[in-house]
Amino acid sequence: MSILADIVSATIVFMIPLLLVALGGMFSERSGVVNIALEGIMIIGALCSCLFLRYMDASGFGAAHPQWAMFFAILVAGLTGAIFSLLLAFASVNLKADQTIGGTALNMLAPAFAIVLTWAIQGQGQTTILIPTWARITQETLGIPVRDTFLQLFLFKSFYQTTIWAVFLFIIAAVVLYKTRFGLRLRSCGEHPQAADSVGVNVYRMRYAGVFISGLLGGIGGLAYTLAAGSAFQSTVAGYGFLALAVMIFGNWKPLNILGASLFFALFKILGSYSGSIPFLPKFDNIKASEYIYLMLPYVVTMIVLILTSKKSRAPKAEGIPYDKGRR
Amino acid sequence: MGEQKRRSLRIPGGTSILASLISIGVGLIVGLVLLYVLNAKAAGGAFVSLITTGFRSSDKFAKVLYQAAPLIMTGLSVGFAFKTGLFNIGATGQYTVGSAFALIGAIQFQLPWYICLLLALIGGAFWGIFPGLFKALFNVNEVITSIMFNWIAMFAVNLTINNLPMMLAKYWGGAQMDRTANLAQANPGALIPRLGLDVLMKSNYMNISIFIAIVFAIVAWIILSKTTFGYELKACGYNRNASIYAGINAKRNIVLSMVISGAFAGVGGGLYFLAGTGQYTLLKQLLAAGFNGIPVALLATSNPIGTIFSAFFVSYIQVGGDAMQPDFVKEIIDIIISVIIYLAAFALLTRELLSRGKQRREDAALEAATAHATEAKDEVK
Repeated sequence: MSILADIVSATIVFMIPLLLVALGGMFSERSGVVNIALEGIMIIGALCSCLFLRYMDASGFGAAHPQWAMFFAILVAGLTGAIFSLLLAFASVNLKADQTIGGTALNMLAPAFAIVLTWAIQGQGQTTILIPTWARITQETLGIPVRDTFLQLFLFKSFYQTTIWAVFLFIIAAVVLYKTRFGLRLRSCGEHPQAADSVGVNVYRMRYAGVFISGLLGGIGGLAYTLAAGSAFQSTVAGYGFLALAVMIFGNWKPLNILGASLFFALFKILGSYSGSIPFLPKFDNIKASEYIYLMLPYVVTMIVLILTSKKSRAPKAEGIPYDKGRR
Repeated sequence: MGEQKRRSLRIPGGTSILASLISIGVGLIVGLVLLYVLNAKAAGGAFVSLITTGFRSSDKFAKVLYQAAPLIMTGLSVGFAFKTGLFNIGATGQYTVGSAFALIGAIQFQLPWYICLLLALIGGAFWGIFPGLFKALFNVNEVITSIMFNWIAMFAVNLTINNLPMMLAKYWGGAQMDRTANLAQANPGALIPRLGLDVLMKSNYMNISIFIAIVFAIVAWIILSKTTFGYELKACGYNRNASIYAGINAKRNIVLSMVISGAFAGVGGGLYFLAGTGQYTLLKQLLAAGFNGIPVALLATSNPIGTIFSAFFVSYIQVGGDAMQPDFVKEIIDIIISVIIYLAAFALLTRELLSRGKQRREDAALEAATAHATEAKDEVK
């Protein structure tokens, strides 16, 4: 029973960063900007919020009010991610540069900047920022007696405030995109910016907004990834930004589908890493290092599903094309 | 990914070289400022070693050439796909599979180096089929297929190497468990020949791989600018619909372009690991070598000949960056490169400004000439 609880809670904790970052990518692409910089945005968000947590820990505020400190850390992650993403918005909206190139530059900048900054702050060779232990929500935090029940094992194995916020942000994202005037305008800029402009929508501002929101969600996703991956930030998010991009396409640029896609991917990923301890999975005894078969699985399955669903897949029409008022 | 977005990769000619040089200059200035901010005392010396180390001694220069060879190949890989309007972010996977094919040929089957290099080419090309084919047949975005196949490549290679008895270093009496055999020990015949260059340059890193890479760059240039096939590829990159209308088989060209692109990346892996100075380590993270091809290609605006120079430049400042340690962390080089790439993203703007300036000068000259002519006419009257 406890293994099942482990798997479910690990799946959820790994699903959260994918969900948040893919939703971020969705906002950016729906406004017409291809955001390949998600990886870099995640790193910046994680870097700044982990540094913030470290200062909170050092000042004593964190130990006294752990969840308030976490709340501010999430804000820091979102804001720094959003500010970093403005570099992409500036290049692709104002300067009409190639969005893939701008994104690649930011992806390269972010980890290098993270390493340089952690060295500068922590001294030579210190490339990891430890996350304080109080960041996790435990039974003690809520004042519940510790029991070995399934529910408690499942809930408190790795429970962070980011999980709660991810649920809220998902609902807000879906409502904003489909039920508000802003969402409609944003989507129109990704489909046919000229038409949107002709009815008075400011395409430049909408695209800035799309990229800004993607930075916000991407930054929080970076913090969520770091919490999920272990106890320290090591200037990398291990390709999760790119995976989120895949999840977004897999989810067909729609919030609910993205939720499903991220759950699907995270589940297969966790099955891969827990393959040794799940009794009903085949063991491939005559193959050495068979864990790699399971580690490969999520990518292979995603690929197959992408092929099967490719007929229905539809990207925003104007994504990747800089909007030029002067052009027809 | 729209077809119109590759605008900035297309504009040829002298202005693009000037734009790249301006980007490099600004990038280096940013690097200098950063060095001063981090540690003002050591900054001057570090910057000097950053920009002079590569030329300071023959063994450092050999290191520059050694690193440049795989960079040229991955740069060619990314650039070649760019020319067809495709973004090959999967060079890493193709590089990994190419490396694995080469090493399996070298260690498990004890083949000579040129066959191993051919195997690397086949391995890379094989891994390039998938993004191309899925794009052509199922219209799955090549970026996503490439990302997925990068990871599949890494796990598949780890799995295969583990299951071939002779591959790992421990079979040959090596101490480490997690890497392939040392080539000098397992099969010296698979090492890329050094032709005495290592003695000449006083460096173990020196072999003929840089010349092989340059030959491939010239081949890529010939394919793209001197053949009908290359013309068709570029036509698909400029405007897919127009090229289909003109009777070009766009789907076939997408697949072939990705296969050729993958082949280049595979050879890059072969060149790196057949040099014998690095062993393939069973990692859980993607090799950075393939991703480094992206800035190389962008800096060269996807021009194959330009790729030689941009790879040389990137390798040169990487060697310089190593020399800045331990006062500075070598990732400062990545910051400099990313600033350069970010500026290269505006290359279109820069080039427009440059050519507009040129245009204005020409207009002025023309006006002056006309005015002069009218004056002359008036005088005659």
